[in-house]
Amino acid sequence: MEYSEKVMDHFMNPRNVGTIADANAVGEVGNAKCGDIMKIFMKIENDIIEDIKFQTFGCCAAIATSSMATELIKGKTVSDALNLTNKAVIEALDGLPPVKIHCSVLAEEAVKAALANYFRNIGNIAEAEKLEAACDSCCDGCSSCDKH
Amino acid sequence: MEKRFVYADNAATTKVYPEVAQEMLTYLTEEYGNPSSLHSMGQRAKKALESARERIAKCINAEPSEIFFTSCGTEADNWAIRGASAVYAKVNKIEKPHIITTKIEHHAVLHTFKALENQGYEVTYVDVDENGKVSPEAIVSAIKDNTCLITVMYANNEMGTIEPIADIVKAVKAVRNIPFLTDAVQAVGNIPVDVKELGVDMLSFSGHKIHAPKGVGCLYVKKGTRLRNLIEGGAQERGKRAGTEAVASIMAMAKALEISIEKFSETDELIKKRDRLIEGVTSLPDTLLTGHPTERLPGNASFVFKGIEGEGLLFLLSSMGICASTGSACSSASLEPSHVLTSMGIPVEICHGSLRLTISHETSFDDIEYMIEKVRMVVERLRMMSPIYGN
Repeated sequence: MEYSEKVMDHFMNPRNVGTIADANAVGEVGNAKCGDIMKIFMKIENDIIEDIKFQTFGCCAAIATSSMATELIKGKTVSDALNLTNKAVIEALDGLPPVKIHCSVLAEEAVKAALANYFRNIGNIAEAEKLEAACDSCCDGCSSCDKH
Repeated sequence: MEKRFVYADNAATTKVYPEVAQEMLTYLTEEYGNPSSLHSMGQRAKKALESARERIAKCINAEPSEIFFTSCGTEADNWAIRGASAVYAKVNKIEKPHIITTKIEHHAVLHTFKALENQGYEVTYVDVDENGKVSPEAIVSAIKDNTCLITVMYANNEMGTIEPIADIVKAVKAVRNIPFLTDAVQAVGNIPVDVKELGVDMLSFSGHKIHAPKGVGCLYVKKGTRLRNLIEGGAQERGKRAGTEAVASIMAMAKALEISIEKFSETDELIKKRDRLIEGVTSLPDTLLTGHPTERLPGNASFVFKGIEGEGLLFLLSSMGICASTGSACSSASLEPSHVLTSMGIPVEICHGSLRLTISHETSFDDIEYMIEKVRMVVERLRMMSPIYGN
């Protein structure tokens, strides 16, 4: 598997690894059978993502995309985070091998799952449901299904 | 421990022994004749080629006339499978040939069967037990009237289990004289192989797994076994396998096999190293040895770790100078988890965390301790960031 230097850097030295005890936004996507699970924790205050951490079970690309996704939205507003795309994660990592594109999709969806949880926590159920409906990741086959 | 370089992927390929490379060089730069040429240079090459055939035959207790050189182990497998099943089906007037194999074969065998299935063949894939063992009874009970070939690998490349080939062949032949192939790519040079004791009709192996170069293989075909050609052309290999013989590589393979057999005197030492590696790595929690605990290749130590994924494990070990291998889905282009591990009943989610370390005589006890230390470190590091491991 040929990875860019950026991917290897984020895999070898992942940023924002861990959990946040008093997180108000937690999202988990993926499936152990497929070999990728991402869990994102955020502490959002006054619409700003003050802190963000992740835990990932998965390959180098899964860890690197989680790390990069958290870097891209740390300190940003919730609406900035909502606009994060898997393409932005891929670009920031200087590309991903084609078979690993689904890892970036998973990273985008982990962020959205955490934000859906945040909207639920603040009572904005409509926004939460909108996000949950858009997220198809909680699928059981990122590597075996052909959704992505 | 200070950083080292440890090559622990000898099941993938091996280092060419210096004396083997030297032997090869002679046949590349000095004795470079074509064995089919009538002049002195050609005749010397022919003589060398036939001496290599005799030496290789001796190493596996075969007759020289039963040894055929190929370009690799995969070609030998393809030829044996396609060639023997076609002739047997024709002679016995079988319209829909049936083949029996196991779920743990190498892709050289499995994908050949997939191709034959597309041509109308019927294939039975026999299960293995939790240690990766094939039972003679399971093979025999799969035999049907239209069975044309049975293939069981001698030793598994991923988890190292050695199969009871002699017992399986004996049980099969008691039913009917169905052609029997064993893919011995991982066995030859690593454990004693005697074709007469095994009773097989065909046995394949490869040069680069036994410290010879890549691009040369061998098929043993027992006298009387009928085989359709796979590659047509000149009259090389007594008209059975066309193409100018890779003389230098064949000489190298003969030399490498002889050296490997001399080194059987050091097998106990190799097993000691392997067992220390297994003991050291499996002392980690939630870690399992894959394959049979004792009836396994002397250099194979393979594991699964709960809660982590193998590709990351591999890259981290590589950054520490350790060359290893994994059956993880994420490391393969197909994103499929290892068929070998899943067929032993290991849950798919755990198969993702597999690691194979295959050592050689050159691996030192210090290398073993280094690997144990680094594997523990890397597994703990990945588990720390895993959402499914105790966090």
